[in-house]
Amino acid sequence: MKKKNKGNKIPKWAWLLISFAAAMLLWYLLSLNPKTARSFPNVVVTLGSIKTMIERGVLWTDISSSLISVVAGFMIGFALSLPVAILMAWYVPVRNIIEPWIQFIRNIPPLAYVPLVVISAGVGRKPQIIVITIATFLIMTVTIYQGVINVDETLIKAARVLGATDKDIFLKVIAPATLPFIITAIRLGSSTALTTLIAAESTGAVAGLGMRIRSLNNSFESEPMLLYIIIIGIIGMLVEKFVKFLERRFTGWQEKREI
Amino acid sequence: MAGKERNIKVKIDNVRKVYDTRNGEMIALNGVNLDIMENEFICVVGPSGCGKSTLLNIIAGLLEPSSGAVYCDGKEVKGTGTERGVVFQQYALFPWMTVKKNVMFGLNLKGIKGQEAEDIAMKYIKMVQLEDFVNHYPKELSGGMKQRVAIARAYAVNPSILLMDEPFGALDAQTRTQLQTELLETWEKEQKTCFFITHDVDEAIILAQKVIIMSARPGRIKEIVDINIPYPRTQETKMTPEFLELKNHIWSQVYQEYLEVRK
Repeated sequence: MKKKNKGNKIPKWAWLLISFAAAMLLWYLLSLNPKTARSFPNVVVTLGSIKTMIERGVLWTDISSSLISVVAGFMIGFALSLPVAILMAWYVPVRNIIEPWIQFIRNIPPLAYVPLVVISAGVGRKPQIIVITIATFLIMTVTIYQGVINVDETLIKAARVLGATDKDIFLKVIAPATLPFIITAIRLGSSTALTTLIAAESTGAVAGLGMRIRSLNNSFESEPMLLYIIIIGIIGMLVEKFVKFLERRFTGWQEKREI
Repeated sequence: MAGKERNIKVKIDNVRKVYDTRNGEMIALNGVNLDIMENEFICVVGPSGCGKSTLLNIIAGLLEPSSGAVYCDGKEVKGTGTERGVVFQQYALFPWMTVKKNVMFGLNLKGIKGQEAEDIAMKYIKMVQLEDFVNHYPKELSGGMKQRVAIARAYAVNPSILLMDEPFGALDAQTRTQLQTELLETWEKEQKTCFFITHDVDEAIILAQKVIIMSARPGRIKEIVDINIPYPRTQETKMTPEFLELKNHIWSQVYQEYLEVRK
């Protein structure tokens, strides 16, 4: 497995440590320069703002509120994208009608249609979930659809000559063959859910990481702003770790190109 | 085999296949008639584009003829059936299943489950000498091993005819020779009808009792050559005068067709 790493004696965890140390150094250098220091206050004061935010009683509600919106939006988006992607792959008319819609909406920044969502859905939790659902649904539908139409034709033939019915082919061939694409869809969808957070929480939210960053912006408090940005980054990395785990657990059989 | 009455296993009756392409109709097969006898080993050779794969797919029930019909044991072929097993050139193993699960796939579909399915699967995995790899995934196997698994998987559901579409075409010469020998041994033991497509004339002669030469545009049967070399055949068989004579004849016929296609 590790043939490309010959002569490279530094273990992975050490590289991670080096990478982290380098980032801290860069951050420190940015905090020395008076111009960039306004955006990058030094580590100590930034982390110190954790206390401030807890004292204001918002840190935990912001995190939990955002997580609820992200998880709910992602779940609904995923639950919708799975059947839609399969229908698109299965029935040509469905594909011909829906695919142009998806291509059309996909490249519009969510922030652009937020006001329209608010007009119909009002303010609060509902529009946040709707915005995240739309964004995650689009990216996941496209990815899963690609997976279903790319299932190797000879696998389907092989199953058919061994006595498989249409139902068998769907459950025992197409579903497992699409699994790697579903995992990729989860990865892209969860990352989209997080990157859509600011847009989603600009719908008059009362709490949330994205909403708080915007409001801190109004009072020029860069320490807690940077802190919140870091929190979003950490959540993203944890999600990625989880997806990696799913990948190892369910699609370890895949032939992988070594990069 | 002596004394055994030979029945017609598969009857190909005036099969024609036309594809609609952008440049109009393409006649892939025209007026193909052939009787495949029980337990017979037939090889089909011909230039690419002569419709040999199309013919195999029609016998398998994966394609429908535009006109004419195929009968298997006297019944018209409509769709696939487990009495007709297929081995594909691209192996077509399910990558998410281990060797054992791949071989058991058809058995499970037949309703054979649990220990019984495992026993049958193991019998055929042993037949192709992969008992040390039962729990390996396809990605961990070489090309030759993958094709052995595919052969075991086809045998496991106990088909009466095996349709093989250039099964050894993607393998290196040594592996190919090895698998040819193994296939002949199994064929002599299991006594199944084999319909084997290849573009390798040596392979066709070493395996078959009858070699069908097909011509292209439209695909039809040009000549049927009986191979009267006794089994077991070995690599030494390839040095005998009768082998070389047959090779010379079949090869020149195929080459002539190849030149036709190139025109």
